[in-house]
Amino acid sequence: MNIRVDPAKCQGHARCFALVPELFSVDDYGLSSVVGDGSVPTALEDRARLAIENCPEFAIEEARG
Amino acid sequence: MAKTAPVAGWAHDFDVLDPGYVEDPFVIWDELRRECPIAHTDRRGSTWLPTRYVDVTAMAHDVEHFSSLEVAVIPFEGEEPEEPVLPYGLPPISADPPLHSWTRRLLLPWFSHQRVDGYEAMTRQLCSSLIDGFIAEGRADAAADYAQQIPVRVIAHVLGVPNSLADTFTGWVRDVLEFADDHDRRLRGMEGLITYFIDEIARRREHPGDDLLSVLLNSQVDGAPVEESIALGIGALVLIAGVDTTWSAIGSSLWHLATHPADRRRLVADPAVMPFAIEELLRAYSPVTMARVVTKDVEFAGCPMKAGDKILMNFPAANRDPDVFEDPDKVVLDRAVNRHVAFGSGIHRCAGSNLARMELRVAVEEWLARIPEFHVEAGREVTWAGGQVRGPRSLPVAFS
Repeated sequence: MNIRVDPAKCQGHARCFALVPELFSVDDYGLSSVVGDGSVPTALEDRARLAIENCPEFAIEEARG
Repeated sequence: MAKTAPVAGWAHDFDVLDPGYVEDPFVIWDELRRECPIAHTDRRGSTWLPTRYVDVTAMAHDVEHFSSLEVAVIPFEGEEPEEPVLPYGLPPISADPPLHSWTRRLLLPWFSHQRVDGYEAMTRQLCSSLIDGFIAEGRADAAADYAQQIPVRVIAHVLGVPNSLADTFTGWVRDVLEFADDHDRRLRGMEGLITYFIDEIARRREHPGDDLLSVLLNSQVDGAPVEESIALGIGALVLIAGVDTTWSAIGSSLWHLATHPADRRRLVADPAVMPFAIEELLRAYSPVTMARVVTKDVEFAGCPMKAGDKILMNFPAANRDPDVFEDPDKVVLDRAVNRHVAFGSGIHRCAGSNLARMELRVAVEEWLARIPEFHVEAGREVTWAGGQVRGPRSLPVAFS
């Protein structure tokens, strides 16, 4: 599983960071990004989906392929 | 409170200050969503009230048609008073891009999650000492003695002003937001705030510290110092936006826990539910309604909106939309999928949301740790305030 945060959509709600701090980091301005290259360790996949489903801006995408 | 004529019909004559709406807006939103999802009124000027998640969030994202130059839910009656010292209002909340963008960048780092982590210990200590003040009595007003006392002191800490001013601050903010339909009282509150911040700014110029105001006054944007009126507006905004709102969320959450023993016991027994419960309480009891002004005539979802019309950004109703939330009127403490917009949506997402969440969580945690069993006192009345910010103003509880 690969995910990314669309910086044009993220508005800094920080829900993803609260749910899966291992996967996301948030800068001083609230902009979230995925730690590392965007690949999600298998053990974190369920929580990554939870982050996707809780983003109020629909800013987290699962990369295809 | 203002005299309001009875509502002739919620779809065409709604009134957010109607006592029935303040007490229980949920049934009204349910009816509107089914029958007329964007209601209208000519009370206090032509105003629209969306109730569906899809409409509220679409409007929040359409900053071209829906401007933030007017964010007050209750407009001033008659002429808006001139505030020559605040030519830009309270940016970034009352601004559109580009002013919004750079003022927001100045403000956001003060409420980053790293910074907010640093405020948690003092918040916990504050909550604990408030509880010390009433726990022996076996009863308290959870709204006035507890919820209301917390955010104002945390904000004072952020602004670097003494706690001794907490009651004065609370009074001003209530005058501006809660008694907004009382013209004189609202003016008095705003003038109190402005005069205070003008004096503070003069002091910070002479003796700069590491507080928000001092740093703003010493900041440069595009090579020019930040204008004093911008620093003044941001300072006043932080106080106005950071007090009533969070206190209302804390109060509503404690009201829910006082009146829902199963939820209360579950939270005490299983602290792992807490992060989900905080989001769920924010969803179900979202305190804040904002406003926008229509910039140019537009037909939105079949409604003919005219330039100058007001929109009430009904985030609380969006958060109870059954198209988005299963069983929306039920509080499900561990609700897993919860894309609520209690802090708004789009570029005006509440800049203090990290701080508000921390305060709400710590306030509930500290209360439950010391007072796990409590209920609304028999025969005593719970009172609610509404309009721009909804929450309990009196919540008499007894500990058992």
